[in-house]
Amino acid sequence: MRWLALLLPGDWLIIGLAAVLVGLSIPMFWQGGMADRAIVRQEGQIFADIDLKARKQIEVPGPLGSTLIAVEPGRARVVSDPGPRQYCVKQGWLMRPGEIAICAPNRVSLQITGRTRVYDSISY
Amino acid sequence: MTRSAIELTVTAEDRRVAWLATAAVGLSLVDAAIPSPLPGVKPGLANIVTLVVLLRYGWGTAVWVSVLRVLAGSLLLGYFLAPGFFLSLTGTTLSLLTLGLARHLPARWFGPVSLSILAAFAHIGGQLLLARAWLIPHDGVFLLTPVFAGAALVFGTINGLIAAKLLADTPATDFPR
Repeated sequence: MRWLALLLPGDWLIIGLAAVLVGLSIPMFWQGGMADRAIVRQEGQIFADIDLKARKQIEVPGPLGSTLIAVEPGRARVVSDPGPRQYCVKQGWLMRPGEIAICAPNRVSLQITGRTRVYDSISY
Repeated sequence: MTRSAIELTVTAEDRRVAWLATAAVGLSLVDAAIPSPLPGVKPGLANIVTLVVLLRYGWGTAVWVSVLRVLAGSLLLGYFLAPGFFLSLTGTTLSLLTLGLARHLPARWFGPVSLSILAAFAHIGGQLLLARAWLIPHDGVFLLTPVFAGAALVFGTINGLIAAKLLADTPATDFPR
């Protein structure tokens, strides 16, 4: 390969270092801290604020019935919901700070938060 | 033709800078025509010219060519003095400073690819800092760092390889004088 002949040993070193830098930057900038807590809201009011170290299930009553939420170490999900389209259930496990599952028909939301506040979008 | 009151003497060096800057501006236009998934992620093809100029004619000429490219490129693409212009200028300034230092690396070990990658990282670093300080004063800007750093690595390597190939394939006299 003629192109490879153009790369000197130092170039490989720089490429390697740069790749390590890129690799390191991913967890550094994309975590927004670790996922710490799961916040469950009902009608916009905080219904439960659960530490993500625990393993538990909670039932949240809403106008359509009850929404079942499961919390495991480091992640949480909506297990079942009486809503017609099941969007929040299909979202599956949430594990990064800022992620949110909203069961709008039953007026329940489940949000993951971390040490630092993150935004699900940036507007300017 | 009436004689101009100001007689500009054009040296061979001036012509060379003008030719090379033209090539760089042309590549900037090509760059702008390539669709990009994210503003800021661009191949930066004009940097190939900067690298070739740096290694063949020295740092001073590279600075001239780069600054002219930023000026003329922004005028042609219509973002002169717009935020993009200052981002471009900051990135170029930082990568030129980096190149000024990096060109003293032993040439036996470090080729154009090294210079290109270092310059690409300096470029994106400068742009991110300016964006954070001025355009989007929120740390959310840094969420894009991994994307930008990855792009800098990939495009830096590709541009460096192209520059290395150009330098290897053309004898010094083939360039516009």
